[in-house]
Amino acid sequence: MENLQEQKSKSQQLEELLEGIWKQNPIFVMALGMCPTLAVTVSAINSLAMGLATTFVLISSCLLISIFRNIIPKEVRIAVYILIIATFVTTVDYAIQAISLTLYDALGAFIQLIVVNCIILGRAEAHASKNTPYIAVLNAVGMSIGFTFALFCIGAVREILGAGSLFGISLFGENFQPWVVMLLPPGGFIVLGCWLLFFSYLAKRRMQKLQELEKAKSKSKFKK
Amino acid sequence: MNDSLFQIFIGAVLANNFVLAMFLGLCPFLGVSKKLDTAFPMGCATTFVMFVASLCAFAVNKILVSSGLEFLRLISYIVIIASAVQLVEMVTKKYSPTLFRALGIYLPLITTNCAVLGVALFQTSRQYDFLQSVVFSLGGGLGFMLAIVLMASVRERLRLSKIPDLAEGTALALMLAGILSLIFMGFAGMGN
Amino acid sequence: MTQQNQNSLSDSQTMEIPEQKSASPTTMIKALGLVSTICGIIIVSAYQMTLSSVEENKRIATERSIYKVIPNAKKIEEFLVETSPNKQSQDKTIISKTQFDLQNQNQNQQNQNQQNSTSFDEKFFAAYDENNKFLGVAMEGSARGYGDVVRLMFAFEPSCECFTAMSVVAMRETPGIGDKITKDKAFLENFKALSAKLNEQKNALQNEIRTVKNGQKQNAWEIDAIAGATITSRAVGVAVNEAAKNILPTLMQSQNLEKLQKLQTSNDNEKQNKE
Repeated sequence: MENLQEQKSKSQQLEELLEGIWKQNPIFVMALGMCPTLAVTVSAINSLAMGLATTFVLISSCLLISIFRNIIPKEVRIAVYILIIATFVTTVDYAIQAISLTLYDALGAFIQLIVVNCIILGRAEAHASKNTPYIAVLNAVGMSIGFTFALFCIGAVREILGAGSLFGISLFGENFQPWVVMLLPPGGFIVLGCWLLFFSYLAKRRMQKLQELEKAKSKSKFKK
Repeated sequence: MNDSLFQIFIGAVLANNFVLAMFLGLCPFLGVSKKLDTAFPMGCATTFVMFVASLCAFAVNKILVSSGLEFLRLISYIVIIASAVQLVEMVTKKYSPTLFRALGIYLPLITTNCAVLGVALFQTSRQYDFLQSVVFSLGGGLGFMLAIVLMASVRERLRLSKIPDLAEGTALALMLAGILSLIFMGFAGMGN
Repeated sequence: MTQQNQNSLSDSQTMEIPEQKSASPTTMIKALGLVSTICGIIIVSAYQMTLSSVEENKRIATERSIYKVIPNAKKIEEFLVETSPNKQSQDKTIISKTQFDLQNQNQNQQNQNQQNSTSFDEKFFAAYDENNKFLGVAMEGSARGYGDVVRLMFAFEPSCECFTAMSVVAMRETPGIGDKITKDKAFLENFKALSAKLNEQKNALQNEIRTVKNGQKQNAWEIDAIAGATITSRAVGVAVNEAAKNILPTLMQSQNLEKLQKLQTSNDNEKQNKE
């Protein structure tokens, strides 16, 4: 029975990959992992770096947890997940220090706070512990892309409005008066709120279109 | 760090409020702040866990540093927090089963509350001594409670007003949080 | 985890693995043990592999900030400052880090049980040009600003008993407001001759260095804040004052100043140890 369930078709595999990017985007749809989102998205570069760090932790943790999923007893599973996640977070912490101390100073304590990022623990619990390593990694990759994409959206907007630049390259020239509050905490909340509004608007429009299609179909069926 | 105790306390509660200025503890902040009667006990439980975690983290850090095992810091902190949460769960279950049921799933979620781990990490990076750490964690907890109670009060009122469907839920909460954060910015530099 | 949690989650799990008996303690311990071992190996290897790069990065960052405040510096020697609580300033010493490490090595080799009541908790950097001439001293200072902690590097010249430059090592102040401390020319002027004279007993600053409101600077030991960036400006003042208080009383003792005049090369160190 396990084999049947685990041999997912190609299209299902693609679905696993894509759902994290749009339909189940961890930030815009599921509203998880807020803490690092708002804290580090003061510039596009920082957002990407945080996204990459979380990607590494998410994929490695899901991989390891999925490999061990049949050995870990039910009672201690949360403890084991946290142990594994904390290990990879420590690793990525040292890695960033070794790569660029400036980046490390910019991201600060939030690298270590990846360990309590609800996304990773949630994915491990809901997905990685129940699927083969390949599927788990696919899904993790999708989630990571979605997360990084969301971080980038927020970071880019905050940087453009708050500093008039993108990736450090000034966009509007000398006379641009930056909207500095965007780089401060209130700006973070408001920008994320606006993005969520936008996404819920998109979701609503999709629902409406689907409903209209349904109506059209049922009408045509009726006529027939 | 040579901040005085008063500076640290006021900083943690107002000027550098854990939720509204440092972005810690957002998941429960957005999730539990719908009703005042759940928000307040959540704030108290979190403050208690922060306090216990801060004390243990201080002790463990001293041990780790003196034995050169600093790379185990993150793991040990998380273990401490998970244990502290277990402790609070057991105590609440024993002494107030109604409260236990009311808090429900949110109690174990304190483990993943960035604010608790954040207290431990910040007090380590700022190298606070014992008394400073205690004040910092209590201040942080109080700040968290203040923010969550404020948020809950406003959201309760909002249930009686007309809001466009689009903005319902998290988006609205975030806008509110943004305004609250803007207000708390007025405390900046207080006690410095 | 609470009962609610386990119940709701085990429902979804029963579909995939229909017969899972409740694990015995030994299985749990074995599983935890296995996972801990693997995690331990990963962490330790990551730590070891990155250790040298991290140390190197930190060294480069420190050196860069020292070169910013003492531009002609070609060689840098780190010195440790004695901070033993029971001693008077006159009796405290400074020692170069290389000598300190050598002493510790020797002590470990000889297994001496000396009661070490001396602690060296502060440090600064002495800068020399290419002819080994002493240029000045660079010391770090930090204080809480508007965002998080602001870390700075100050240049101090013993001959004029004043600070001669300031540069930012790390900060997270508000861009356009707090970060003006790196660019505002008038603010940086404050540090060209910031007086840090000691009192007659040479155990404390004669006047505490403080930041005053923009335009109200009247003494050489005051710093004119940047208008509109008071909090960050004040942090700089607190940082330099603390650094001065901790290091200068010991540094400015004549026996210690003498140690700075000549750059001690590794040859000198070996000679001293043989003596």
